[in-house]
Amino acid sequence: MDTYYHPHDLGKFADMGKSNTELWDKFMAYYGAVFAEGALTAREKALIALGVSHAVQCPYCIDAYTQASLEQGSNIQEMTEAVHVACAIRGGASLVHGVQMRNVAEKLSM
Amino acid sequence: MGQTLIARRAPLASSRSQLEVLARPGPWPRFEERVAAAGLVPLTASGIEIFQINVGKFCNQTCRHCHVDAGPERTEQMTRETAEHCIRALAQTDIPTLDITGGAPELNPSFRWLVQEARALGRHVMDRCNLSILLVKPQEELAEFLAEQRVEIVASLPYFRPTQADAQRGEGIFDKSITALRKLNALGYGVEGSGLTLNLVHNPVGAFLPPAQQSIEAQFKRELARSHGIVFNNLYTITNMPISRFLEFLLDSGNFEGYMERLANAFNPAAAQAVMCRNTISVGWDGTLYDCDFNQMLELPVTNGLPRHVRDFDASTLNGRRIVTANHCYGCTAGAGSSCGGAVA
Repeated sequence: MDTYYHPHDLGKFADMGKSNTELWDKFMAYYGAVFAEGALTAREKALIALGVSHAVQCPYCIDAYTQASLEQGSNIQEMTEAVHVACAIRGGASLVHGVQMRNVAEKLSM
Repeated sequence: MGQTLIARRAPLASSRSQLEVLARPGPWPRFEERVAAAGLVPLTASGIEIFQINVGKFCNQTCRHCHVDAGPERTEQMTRETAEHCIRALAQTDIPTLDITGGAPELNPSFRWLVQEARALGRHVMDRCNLSILLVKPQEELAEFLAEQRVEIVASLPYFRPTQADAQRGEGIFDKSITALRKLNALGYGVEGSGLTLNLVHNPVGAFLPPAQQSIEAQFKRELARSHGIVFNNLYTITNMPISRFLEFLLDSGNFEGYMERLANAFNPAAAQAVMCRNTISVGWDGTLYDCDFNQMLELPVTNGLPRHVRDFDASTLNGRRIVTANHCYGCTAGAGSSCGGAVA
């Protein structure tokens, strides 16, 4: 079946460095530093990345950070909670804009 | 839990079939080529520090990832005569450690004799224990025997939650493991200052690499203490080897290529230099000599005119032997590496 996203295309990510090596190298150095053990553990960062992957709905990121979370020792219960955090923030972001809707409605209404 | 490959007459019960699958071309180089590119050929032993005996394939469990294809219906067991050859071989060397594995090694009628003889020789003895065996009749006194003999216990517990542990090892095994761990703790195993060592083994419950050993050890210590009041010494992470029942899982779940690629991409020359086969000799239930327990299951014995049976054991010729490798060896060289003693790099 032909699809817009192919899982094996993630392996071509480094091709993005072919037309601008300098920016690619800077991005990768930054990326590596972000995910290194720091004030947060690598396991916690992988769970955050998993949640963000769902918020931005990036299939490559979901594949990569599902695997990374498992390889960092997280379990399906923790990973499911991370996805719910993303869901709550996305849903909450819609709902909180109801305040804007109410502001506008209030202004327009008698 | 399902039956063994052999009981199901599955094609992968044959080591030849497994080797054929492992030799399939894929987007990864052959292991030998990868090792050569890293300048590590020939991969040779650096001496023998661990004398590992696999006393048989009989086991009270049928874990889904088992590289031995062990189970209750397996009948292969080391005889007393072969066990005596092992002790003679050990006695003629100064190899410091005897590592006993299986199956459930405790079910071999010669297990306690092997332990006592090796301890009488002053050797450190390790028992690779599945924990539930400590609760099986007539093994109730087994834990006390191990404690008396000061045997180091290396116990399998893939995860600190029942869902994951039972998915790999069988329904209800987690609860039995916890009961057995409490029994071991009560005897002093894993308790600081007791001198009785209790190490746990974590295998990933699926087609992915294990976490950093230190990090998952801290999680295990925190969770087992908090939820069950259990203590232990160290946690070893062991990568699942793409052979036997785990290979069947990889093929059935469509994960074989992805897993092999993951292992090969994570090849670590430092781990390759420190692989356990370099300081271990592995003895099969019938006395055949191998570089490791995985080669044993693939029926790849030591080669190049070396003594092939423990009755002909000669440490001087085996010490610097060339290691037999195939693509399954990627399992021991990925990431932080993997050995019977956990990560190596």
